[in-house]
Amino acid sequence: MSSNQLGEAIRRAASGIEVSGVNLSYGRTHVLKDVSLTIHPGEFFAFLGPSGCGKTTLLRLIAGFNNAQTGQVIVGGTDISTLPPWKRDVGMVFQSYALWPHMSVAKNVAFGLEERRLPRDEIVNRVDQALDLVNLRHLKDRRPSQLSGGQQQRVALARTIAIRPKILLLDEPLSNLDARMRVQVRRELRDLQQSLGITTIFVTHDQEEANTICDRIAVMNEGRVLQVGTPMALYDRPADLFVAGFLGTANILQGTQAGGVFSLRDGNAMPAPAGSPEGPARVVFRPQNARLAGEGTAAEAGLTALPGTVIHSEFLGAALRYGIRIGEDEVLVDVPHQAGAVLLPAGTEVQVLLDHGRALFFPG
Amino acid sequence: MQAARSLPAPRMALATPGQWLTILGIAAFLGLFLVIPVAMVILVAFQDPNTGALTLVNFADFARNELFLRSFANSLYVSGMSVVWATLLALPLAYFTTRFEFRGAAIIQTLGVIPLIMPPFAGAIAMQLLFGQNGSINLLLDEWFAFKLPFMDGLNGVIFVQSVHYFPFILINLTASLRNIDRSMEEAAQNLGASGFRLFRRIVFPLAMPGYIAGASLVFIKVFDDLATPLLLNVKDMLAPQAYLRITSVGLNDPMGYVISVVLIVFSILSLFIATQATRGRDYATVQRGGGGLSKRPLRPLDAVMAYGVILLILALVLAPHIGLFLLSIATIWSFSPLPDGYTLAHYSRVLAESGQFIWNTLLYATLAGLIGIGIGTAISYIVLRTRIPGREWLDYVASAALAVPGVVLGIGYLRTYFGIPLPGGQPLTSFWIIIVIALAVRRLPYALRACMAAMQQISVSLEEAAENLGATKSSTIRRIVMPLMTGGLLAGFVTSFATAAVELSATMMLVQNTADAPLAYGLYVFMQSPAGRGAGAALGIIAVLIVGISTYLSQSLAERDRRAKAGG
Repeated sequence: MSSNQLGEAIRRAASGIEVSGVNLSYGRTHVLKDVSLTIHPGEFFAFLGPSGCGKTTLLRLIAGFNNAQTGQVIVGGTDISTLPPWKRDVGMVFQSYALWPHMSVAKNVAFGLEERRLPRDEIVNRVDQALDLVNLRHLKDRRPSQLSGGQQQRVALARTIAIRPKILLLDEPLSNLDARMRVQVRRELRDLQQSLGITTIFVTHDQEEANTICDRIAVMNEGRVLQVGTPMALYDRPADLFVAGFLGTANILQGTQAGGVFSLRDGNAMPAPAGSPEGPARVVFRPQNARLAGEGTAAEAGLTALPGTVIHSEFLGAALRYGIRIGEDEVLVDVPHQAGAVLLPAGTEVQVLLDHGRALFFPG
Repeated sequence: MQAARSLPAPRMALATPGQWLTILGIAAFLGLFLVIPVAMVILVAFQDPNTGALTLVNFADFARNELFLRSFANSLYVSGMSVVWATLLALPLAYFTTRFEFRGAAIIQTLGVIPLIMPPFAGAIAMQLLFGQNGSINLLLDEWFAFKLPFMDGLNGVIFVQSVHYFPFILINLTASLRNIDRSMEEAAQNLGASGFRLFRRIVFPLAMPGYIAGASLVFIKVFDDLATPLLLNVKDMLAPQAYLRITSVGLNDPMGYVISVVLIVFSILSLFIATQATRGRDYATVQRGGGGLSKRPLRPLDAVMAYGVILLILALVLAPHIGLFLLSIATIWSFSPLPDGYTLAHYSRVLAESGQFIWNTLLYATLAGLIGIGIGTAISYIVLRTRIPGREWLDYVASAALAVPGVVLGIGYLRTYFGIPLPGGQPLTSFWIIIVIALAVRRLPYALRACMAAMQQISVSLEEAAENLGATKSSTIRRIVMPLMTGGLLAGFVTSFATAAVELSATMMLVQNTADAPLAYGLYVFMQSPAGRGAGAALGIIAVLIVGISTYLSQSLAERDRRAKAGG
């Protein structure tokens, strides 16, 4: 099929991206702070962070719509930092899709090819290929306003990949879709990216979106890249408290570390990993990495038992999530749910069994 | 469940008796003062003047008459050229405001209002004194460079005055549609390889086109229908002046005035059609949340020099009629010299002493016309938006159709329809001043109606339902809930109607039978006919500018206050 040709052409063009030492500020606001990243050819990469963290600014910088004060953007070995947007061959799908309302679907898709002055029949050919890829060839004569949100997005995608860009930039592509469409579209995006093999950057504030479709994620906050890694690595081994809290629910207990022992504020203690710095510290664990036991149960080896009181509970289906007060802190613990299990009422005294190997220690 | 084959009629009445009465009243008003007069004009155009049989002979006569054909061509030429020049004035201003971050944007906004607060004919004489063959500019050009420019010669004068007056229509529409283009539209094109002029030609220009066409067709038709400006500049070979002259000099039975009216109506409908086609189904407002307008860049020094140069030049042009009129109103003698020979306030005292009735009539007529417009507008809005009476949209359609009826045509229609009907005193009905008020009201009605519709659409139906739920009747709901909530919008609509009615001349020129009943605009026209009356005419013009200016300011601030109050609540 002809859309395979397009896939071939794009795979050959797939390029790595090197962002190094980028600083960008608008007046006094320092939006990107010394950002450096390496994205491999063919990788599906996410910029993840809360709104205002600089992820979209970084994406627009790569597309050429923002100007950095320092640093470079290298795509496929070529420094594109000083090229204007229209000379970059970097395809971007806008959050709003930005389909031109005065052109038909086919005209929209043909636009970039016409700007490249390709021969007429080549353009027709490539428009069909691109529309086939998103299964929208039958709507090529429609106006964008006659399409549903999901279809508009596929047109925007077809328009971008028709020019066979070196890399593909997706700015919050799922944000304008309803919840059910989102799940479907993110799968389609992943499939398309895999079949094209195109280097793709995906900007999102939703960790679930990033986790489900991306090979690697850069977590950003306040203009900095905090950590880069696979979704699982980020979840299991977050580099700091922010990353831990941003990717899923995290319990945080405050305390002090001294002589290889972490002491909680209520006096309980547990062994700290070797080589941790002395002083104030926090221990972080996820709700599913602790267990509950009845009052007075003896701690097993490798577990620390923290006495607490149930203060609320939520039924999540697969699990029961209990809120437990331990001293001044409050933690969440998930108990896998089996049919017939009994809910612990509020006020029940319990022990939270914490696995040392699955707890993380952060100074500060 | 099985579907019932035929449902019984709903047990609640479709409308209250009061609503039916209101509908009848509005229908009667529209029928008597819009539909019948216009139908009469059209009918007479197709009737043999002697036998009354239906015929096309009048149109054949029109087509054989060299003067009418020339007038037709001139009207097309003047309207077309006015659009071109208005575009040339509006385009750079729209470009500067939407493309650059600079303080001149505020000046440009003001520029967009200044011309509209002066009736174009009021400035016409002043423009003659400034730009005419022996006007200030040409006298200076002649003295310094020994040549003159024919700014005001013949048709040029009409084009010049009209394009300076009407360019804000294009500026406002074009700026609005440029502002409505989302930045990502432009960025997507850049991302796909377009830049510079190609980007403008393929993306920005087509997206802004509907707004431009709407503005341009408005300018075209305003100029095409205008009677007073060409007459004041002594240009008689255009369509509207010809219609006026035929009716006033040859008489009410001469079919040519009616044929010309039909041509005017056809062109009005045509350009309104073009304007609606340009905007309908092409809602190109593409601004997304978070987005907003094309990307702006700060002015570079060279850009700044150019931008401010152009803006100042246009500002000078736009203010020229005002300055000229003001100078004229305080000049002793101003002829064959760049500036008046001396200054005096005599014209003002003369106008205030002798012609106070013009001012009084204007205030009275415009107030009544505004009230009628708002009253009918509110009633129509309520019936269209809040009842389910079949065919209710037709009230809206018919009232809005007044847009396509040029003032001259409405005037001719009233004369033809009501001249034969005597008042109790034996005078014809058309000499009663109320007819002028009604003509003004019908002419303003489409605008007043839109203001009322907008004001009512902003009121959630549930506010009214809550009142009814608590025991209020329909009429007391309207009085206690709907009207107070609409006040801001209605006031703004009233003041706008008032201001435009105050300087309307096309229809009134046909209908004024007696100077004692004449409004200010007519008085101004009469004064301007003689060189001796010019000073007084100019003084009257300045008074008109003040009335319109103050009203415009009032309506803007009322609308603004209303918007703020609603946003706050």
